[in-house]
This record gives sequence, C-alpha cells and structure tokens, in this order.
Amino acid sequence: MYVYDEYDRQILNERVAQFRHQTDRALAGELAEDEFLPLRLQNGLYIQRVAPMLRIAVPYGMLRSAQLRRLARITRDYDKGYAHFTTRQNVQLNWPAVEDVPDILAELAEVEMHANQTSGNCIRNTTTDQFAGVQADEEVDPRPYCELIRQWSTYHPEFAFLPRKFKVAVNASEDHDRAAVQVHDIGLEIIRNDAGEIGFRVYVGGGLGRTPVVGPVIREFLPELDLLTYLEAILRVYNRYGRRDNKFKARIKILVKAMTPEVFAEKVEEEWSHIKDTPTRLTPEAIERVKAFFTEPDYAALENNPDTLDAQRAESKAFDAWVKRNVNEHKKPGYSIVTLTLKKTGVPPGDVTDRQLEQIADLAEQYSFGEVRVTHQQNVVLADVRQDQLFELWQAIRPMGFATANLGTLTDIICCPGGDYCALANAKSIPVAEAIQRRFDDMDYVYDLGDIDLNISGCMNACGHHHVGNIGVLGVDKKGEEFYQISLGGSSQRDASLGKILGPSFAREEMPDVIEKIINVYVDQRTEEETFLDTYRRIGIDPFKERVYA
Amino acid sequence: MPDLIRHNGIHKDEWTLVPAPEKGEELTLPDGPALLPAAVWKENRDQYAGRNDIGIWFDSHEEPEHYSDLIGDLPVIAVNFPKFTDGRGYSIARLLRERYGYTGELRAVGDVLLDQLFYMKRCGFNAYALREDKDITQAEHCLNFFSNTYQAAADIKEPLFRRRAS
Repeated sequence: MYVYDEYDRQILNERVAQFRHQTDRALAGELAEDEFLPLRLQNGLYIQRVAPMLRIAVPYGMLRSAQLRRLARITRDYDKGYAHFTTRQNVQLNWPAVEDVPDILAELAEVEMHANQTSGNCIRNTTTDQFAGVQADEEVDPRPYCELIRQWSTYHPEFAFLPRKFKVAVNASEDHDRAAVQVHDIGLEIIRNDAGEIGFRVYVGGGLGRTPVVGPVIREFLPELDLLTYLEAILRVYNRYGRRDNKFKARIKILVKAMTPEVFAEKVEEEWSHIKDTPTRLTPEAIERVKAFFTEPDYAALENNPDTLDAQRAESKAFDAWVKRNVNEHKKPGYSIVTLTLKKTGVPPGDVTDRQLEQIADLAEQYSFGEVRVTHQQNVVLADVRQDQLFELWQAIRPMGFATANLGTLTDIICCPGGDYCALANAKSIPVAEAIQRRFDDMDYVYDLGDIDLNISGCMNACGHHHVGNIGVLGVDKKGEEFYQISLGGSSQRDASLGKILGPSFAREEMPDVIEKIINVYVDQRTEEETFLDTYRRIGIDPFKERVYA
Repeated sequence: MPDLIRHNGIHKDEWTLVPAPEKGEELTLPDGPALLPAAVWKENRDQYAGRNDIGIWFDSHEEPEHYSDLIGDLPVIAVNFPKFTDGRGYSIARLLRERYGYTGELRAVGDVLLDQLFYMKRCGFNAYALREDKDITQAEHCLNFFSNTYQAAADIKEPLFRRRAS
C-alpha cells in the first residue's frame, strides 16, 4: 500500500500543528464555536450526544498492522478501549476529550494516519472495493487512482467550503460494485474503451440521505490522465452553483436534478475545456509512481484447493460453512480472501476492542502480508490468505469473535451507531440489529435464506445505507417515540435500486416479528435459484404488505 | 482607517467599499479611492475609464465570466465573503487570476477570518481585510501555515506529482 515520502509527512505534520493552534485558540475563547466548527469537522471531530466523536480516515479502507496497533493504543490511552468501523471504511472513537485531539492526531501522523476531511462540507475520504487488487474479475487496481484523488483533494484550497459534503467512490470490478458508485456524489467506474485504453465512466449526483437518487452518467469515457482536471471541473461547477440557502437541498444531486444531467454535463465540459491541459493533468509517470506502491506481494506458487483443505472441510461442518460464507475467490491460485466478521450477536456491528485490533494486526502479519482492508459493511478483510492456512486461521479467530460465518446474510447487518451515540439520530439502531440477530440464530436457516442485505439507519441521514438494503430499516421519531419504517428492494450492486417503503412504521419490539414475516413471504414464494431481491423484483411489494399488515 | 494585510505587511486601507445601491438610489462616490459594485461599474465604466482610484468588488454569487475582458487595468478587485463558510469566492479568485489573467491587487473582504487566509492566498488573493475582531498579528503565521501543497492553484503552477523528485 501507499507509503508516505517526506512531502506527505511534512504536509501532515503541518496540519497537526495547525489544528493544535486552532484548538488552543478555541479553548482560549479566541475562536467562536461557529468559527471552530468547520475546522474541527474537517479534522474529524464531532461534538456528539454524550461525548465528542473522532472519525479517523482509513483511505480507501487500507490499514497496516502497525497502524492497527497504534489505533489500539490510542483507544486505550485516550478512549474507553474500543473503536467502531463505519460504513465509509473509517474508524470512529466515541469518547475522546476535545483537548486531547491534537495529541491523538500527532500519534496518528507518526503512522501515516489522520482524520482529514472525514467530516464537514468538503471532499471526504475516497472509498473503493474491499477486494481491490485481489479479485479475478478486475483488470485494473482502483487503489492507485484513489490515492491520486486523496492527494488532490487533501486541503484543496478551492473546495474546503462546499455547499455540502462530497463523497467519491471508485470501482473496477466487472461483475460487482462493492463501492456502490451509483449512490455517491461522484462515482467512477474504471473501464477500457474500444482502443483498450484505461479510463472512467463518470456518475454524478447519486446519494442516499433525505433524497435518495441513483446517479446518472455524465461521461461514458474519461481518459485516465484527465481524472483530476475533470474532478476539478465538476467540483468547481458544484461549488459555484450548488444551493447554499437550504442545507437539505445543498448536495450535488439536487443541482444535477435541477439543471438536468445533460445541462450539468455541458456545464462541466465547458469548465473542463479551460483546464484540461493545465499542469493538473496527470502524467503517466505520476500514475506509475503511485501504482508502484500497489504491486503484488510475494505470492508463493501454489495450487488451488489443496487436498488438505478438502479434507478439513469434509471433517468440520462449521469450518465448511465458514469457508462457503466468509471466504472469497482470489485471483492467485492457492490464495483466498477472508473476511473477519464483526457481527457477533450482542456486539454492536463494527465495534472492536483494543485487544481485537491487536489481534487483527497479528493475524494480518501472520497470514496476509501485514495488511487489512476495512469494508463498508463494517467487517475487516485479510486479502491474501493461503488456502493451506485457512483451517489454522479459522481456529485462531473463533475465540476472538471474528468467525461468525454470516457474511452477506441476513444477520450481517449494516448498522449506524444510532441513538445510543449519535446526536442526529431519531432512534436507536443497535438494539434493533441485536434483536433481529437473536431471532435468526439458527445458522442453517440463515444460510438457506442466502444473500440478503439488511441495513439499519437511525435517521434519514442514512449512514446505515437503509435505502440500498434489500431490507432497509429507518428510525423515525413520532411525537417523541422511536418507530421504525421498513423499505424493501434496495440494492447497491451494479443493478442499483432504491427501496420502496412498505407502509406505516413499527415499534421497536415488533421489529423481529415483522422481519420474520417478510422473510416468510420470501421463503413461501421463492423459486429454487432466487435470492430475496430476485423474488421481491418478481412479485413486487404487495404480498409482503399483505402479510405484514394482515 | 482600518488595516489591510498584504503579503509585504500590514497597511492602512485607503479604499472605501461602496455598497450596492438600493433600487432607484444614486451611487455616491466617497472621497478617496473607491471599490464599486461590479455591476454598477460595468454599466458606467466609460465614466471611470483610466482612473486609478476606482476598483470593483464581486459578491459571492456573481460571475466574473461577464467581466473577463474588462478588468485588466483595474488597480483593485475585491471579492466578498458574506459568511466565511460561503466558499464561492475561492472559485471566483482562481478564475480571475488563472483564466482572466488579472494581475492587480485581489483582496478578500467581508467575513474574512484567520484560518481561511492560507486557502485564500492559494486561490490568488494578495490582500485581506481581516474582520475587525480578529488578531491581525497572527495573520502572517496563518498565511504561511503549510510549506508545501498537493495541488496546483493560483500560487503554485505545478501540482506536487510534477514536482516530486523522482
């Protein structure tokens, strides 16, 4: 993965010094709260319901063992000994003290980490597929482009005070879209044109939140060298013309809709025509330099499916179930992609203790070249595990709580921190996730149900991505009481779609029953090959409505 | 006279910013050099031709595109930040400098605070009317917080990826 040079280090250290200066002035009363607000947000610091929250960036989800160990130490020294993996591949601390934050940032900088632009009305952390670089259906690794975007967007002087937050995602997989590019402010799909050249299909104006939209394509093919100038053109049009009078209408999706995607695209092309040949145009050397950090590790020459693995799977049903669910195909023979699930029932989805962070660091070193990836489903990936070590790894992670074999199933729930932590939430989300996990505790049944995305957000800001869950749950406030609205049929995959609201909302204690009724409709109606989403798309919402509100 | 920060130090500001006139109201010029609302100036620019004591100011929603070939000789252009969180002025400044080739004094006015000075400088500003309650002695420190940057902008023509020693 990317390693800082002197320039990167110096710029980051100066940022830490700048934030220390700003925090000192804020604590001394020289900076008003509303003046400090965007400064602290752009350094990851929220002031939350019960305590401040620090959102630490994990650029495109990559972490080294040394960084995990530093995170563990920080949670011990400055927090309550645990951290939370978010739905944007970041890490959150729930209990830091405001006056400690400059010290935390300094400790992070020592291991090339930061909390830059993880909040605020600026360009946020660029996200990508957690299987980037190791999957078979990908010709080009998206991570070097993510890193180039990271550098371009870091402290961009023109775009630090946008109308609203701005999120970019990159996908290169031909068969999947694990980065959900169509529901981002800008989504980039790496493709080749007829001449075999690398470039991007550019989606703009997708997003979740209050007004969910699947983003339209504004350019079918953007040559790779033009990436940054084109992004700059989009951002400039948005910065100048995006609405600033109403926070709820300030995202770029509203501008694109108001202008129409065609007119917006023309405006971007016009702006771009002036800047496309400026020095911001990438060079092949610049791309090569970054690509050199994402070369293949030192893979051994191995065969796929060693005999020992087959024997181990035959011997242990539990191991076999885990391999089926939590292990994915790798592009190199004899290697697999392993997902450590952080969805054990009774633990808030995405939460890890300091000890677990250190265990993950050790596992990465022992089994996967010292690197991990954080997923937007709030799990952690070991991307390069030898198949002849899978059994040993599985045995090691069972007592650690990382072997819950539910990846991609009903109980692998995406869930925001909700009303337990977040000041914005209308309702709690963690207890709902837990109640559903407890109801569906028969793993054989859960496997039989197959792939189902169940996503829970505690409010319409949609951090739990409920709109794109096959089953989405949204916390709402009804006269001071917490209720939950259900939507069905969402998907963040290549065939992205937004869920449709089922009907009136439910009290928290009703939720496990309601989910069970929905699942029963699927089980009754499915054909042999159908996933939940397939069945929903075939039969529509009415059979579900009839059963749930009967 | 209020203070004005330039890159060579702190100066007394001799320029008066003339607010946009209400409908039907006549524009009255103050004594001494004046910054006129860009639209008013454009309408009457023959009458101000050749004067080195007349400059203009843009509000954050205005479009410098409509002035591109008129502004070359102006001694001062100001860009208003109605609220420091209104980031449109950064784009206006870059357009004036990088697209329309304006080389005179470009000043930030309005809700101008210390922590935005560095970004303003990068976008092409070279004069700053810091909000009165802010400590002007800290301006130089804040203007120079970073010794290097990733992007090209009005101040540095080449992005870091072209400058890195390879």
